[in-house]
Amino acid sequence: MPWPDTEALVGGLRKPLRASGLALAVSVGLWAWFTAPLMLLAPVALFAVWLIASTQGRQVLAIAWMGIVTIPQRLGATSVVLVGIAGVVGVFVALQAMAEGFEATLRSAGDDDTAIVLRAGADAELSSGLDRAAVTLIAQAPGILRDDRDVPIASAEVVVVANLPKRSTGTDANVEVRGVGREVWLLRRGVHIIQGRRFKPGLRELIVGRGAQAQFRGATPGSVIRLNNQDWRVVGVFSSGDAHESELWGDAESVGAAYRRNGFQSVTARLVQPQVIERLAAALTHDPRLRVDVQTTRAYYGKQSQRLTQVIRGVGTVVVVIMALGAVFGALNTTYAAVAGRSLEIATLRALGFTAVPVVLAVMLETMALALAGGLLGAGVAWAAFNGYQVSTLGSNFSQVVFQFDVTPALLLQGVQWAVGIGFVGGFFPAVRAASLPVIHALRAQ
Amino acid sequence: MKYLPLLVAALLRRKARTLLTMLSVTAAFALFGMLDAVRVAFEAPESLIGIDRLIVASRFSIIQPLPLGYLSRIQSVAGVKAITYANWFGGVYQDPKNFFPNFAVDADTYLAMYPELVLPPAERKAFLDTRTGAIVGQALAEQFGWKVGDKIPLQATIFPRKDGSNAWTFDLVGIYGVSDPALRGLERQMLFRWDYFDEGRDPRYRPGTVGWYAVRIDDPTHASRVAGAIDRQFANSADETKTQSERDFQRSFAKQVGDIGLIVTGIMGAVFFTLLLMTGNAMSQSIRERIPELAVLKTIGFSDLAVVGLVLAESGALLVLGGVAGMALAWSTLPAVRDLSAGQLDVTMQPQSWELGLCLIFLIALAVGLPPALKAKRISIVDALAGH
Repeated sequence: MPWPDTEALVGGLRKPLRASGLALAVSVGLWAWFTAPLMLLAPVALFAVWLIASTQGRQVLAIAWMGIVTIPQRLGATSVVLVGIAGVVGVFVALQAMAEGFEATLRSAGDDDTAIVLRAGADAELSSGLDRAAVTLIAQAPGILRDDRDVPIASAEVVVVANLPKRSTGTDANVEVRGVGREVWLLRRGVHIIQGRRFKPGLRELIVGRGAQAQFRGATPGSVIRLNNQDWRVVGVFSSGDAHESELWGDAESVGAAYRRNGFQSVTARLVQPQVIERLAAALTHDPRLRVDVQTTRAYYGKQSQRLTQVIRGVGTVVVVIMALGAVFGALNTTYAAVAGRSLEIATLRALGFTAVPVVLAVMLETMALALAGGLLGAGVAWAAFNGYQVSTLGSNFSQVVFQFDVTPALLLQGVQWAVGIGFVGGFFPAVRAASLPVIHALRAQ
Repeated sequence: MKYLPLLVAALLRRKARTLLTMLSVTAAFALFGMLDAVRVAFEAPESLIGIDRLIVASRFSIIQPLPLGYLSRIQSVAGVKAITYANWFGGVYQDPKNFFPNFAVDADTYLAMYPELVLPPAERKAFLDTRTGAIVGQALAEQFGWKVGDKIPLQATIFPRKDGSNAWTFDLVGIYGVSDPALRGLERQMLFRWDYFDEGRDPRYRPGTVGWYAVRIDDPTHASRVAGAIDRQFANSADETKTQSERDFQRSFAKQVGDIGLIVTGIMGAVFFTLLLMTGNAMSQSIRERIPELAVLKTIGFSDLAVVGLVLAESGALLVLGGVAGMALAWSTLPAVRDLSAGQLDVTMQPQSWELGLCLIFLIALAVGLPPALKAKRISIVDALAGH
């Protein structure tokens, strides 16, 4: 006999020993599945070959098939497992997609080719401040790329916050208004006007980001926005594919004048090449006339997203772990009931000479197939409902950052990974129960 | 009472099923308890404290300060009983991760305006007598192990000192508590004196201005009239004001963070829908198995109503035991969440969450129990006993 009789083996052991053995097996299986799912590919492939090639394997398939074709008879109980797991996966994918989208929006605002200079100690542009003398010094620092007229490609910017009503709630929200320098179009090459035209320097004209246009009332070309009690005309819409799309842009001097400012918040400059950042930082931080921090925009915007994404990811994980526990209990309940309902059938198979192993494997295969279907359903619904869904929240400049949920393929796979994990636990214990049913009792009970 | 043994027997009939169903109810309500605590925290506590306070801030944006000269002009508005002012500082203690609100206040009038901050008289006197003095809430003092007499260094992010450095040092002269446990969030603040702050800040950062005024009015029902009167005073000036009730002011912040309520409702909707299916399925299974037994009960004289009651009591017991256990679990783990997040996620379950949870338990028990209960009512004794 190629397979040991598990029944005799298991029956000989004491109950607690057996229970802890099972728990250990489940933990190891789950651990492997969540830490290194790819490592399991080879055993799974071997298992598939065994299923098709060996007699026992074909027995497994036969029993599992019988279980699957009888699902319509147990539709109520089965759909409970399906919907339960779909719910877990849906919530998981949606929450993670929110974190992913926020991070991507801020991350893509930064790169290694541009550097941002802030007053030393300031943690965001809004709390920074640089006077005119400092701005001139910074623009002339070494390592900053120059345009064909030999002007440094650097933009001294004024960042202020204005109140505009949100379309969704109708209540005032903080909108970031960025006054930019003349070289900004060469500095941020990803910015394109998609409607209207650029603002004219010296005039009270604004262009609005695509995200801001979608979120705030009055942020459309042709309308007039009041900044500090002055009328500003919106003349265009721009796209940039990053956090700047949440902003309103105007001429730095005009915006500064409107807010009675005679200084700037930050200087962003294009570098000759990424490596010069250290030379630039050294030159500026050692200049006794300046007190500034220098970093690449990638480092700056990376930091801005950290806190919120950590919170969303942390809360999301807690929520999903609790939901998954609930789903495991539901799956266990349903599978136990299914096994109990089929005890006569299983006992008959055992009486015919089927060993315990194919019975265990068949019940597990069935539950995991069900879980996989639930996972795909949940992932599909989350993708259809949330991919590209646009929301906004308070960013570190104390103003709204507009971003979209980003349902990536990796997230969908992780969702399915959760589903199969739940199916594994939910199927394992009932499967062992099914295999250890005393044949005689089961046959007699009917 | 006489039905209790029957109820217990019904629940213990299949121990594994009862336990698993109850555990899934527990998981669902544990999640509900935690998420609802977060939702309530964001929607600002519904309390009577502060109902007579208005906040006066710049109409244009949160970053625009108001001149200190507005003080007497606001005070002269009819209906204004008291006034104080404050300025956001945004200092960092050691690491940006240790975030807590810290701001400069006019010591005497601020403590009078906020009686919910309870400070021992001696420490209050010390705060009024020490220019460099600061007070912190109990929770914050515990988190960082601060004692009265400590020097607390804050790194400025917005306001550098006159000499250009960002290092501000304060003397801790008092530790306050709150008068109502629901306001425990206020214990995570640090307050220091506005006069010390104003004198010390870099003259380019607009000395002589304040971030906002807080005003007490004589009658909360006159709030909108007084707010309008204040704003009219400064209409068409360089610094127009926007006056609103303190609660509206807080809510506008919460709204800006995002619709937490909607996210929580979405998640809980998915969870409770699944729970409904799961327990409903378990209940109907359990009744189906027991049809002959229910028929026996009817034969020996149990009325239809009694049978319906028994089934409903069974689903009620499942939901109440599991649900209350879940919420108790949430209630007892939230302090651990606070410690794990270094105080950043500090929420507690308020009575309103418990009330909402109990309502949900009742509704779900009814929704889950009613279909099998009606089925049990319709059982015909003869058919059931004959095994049809």
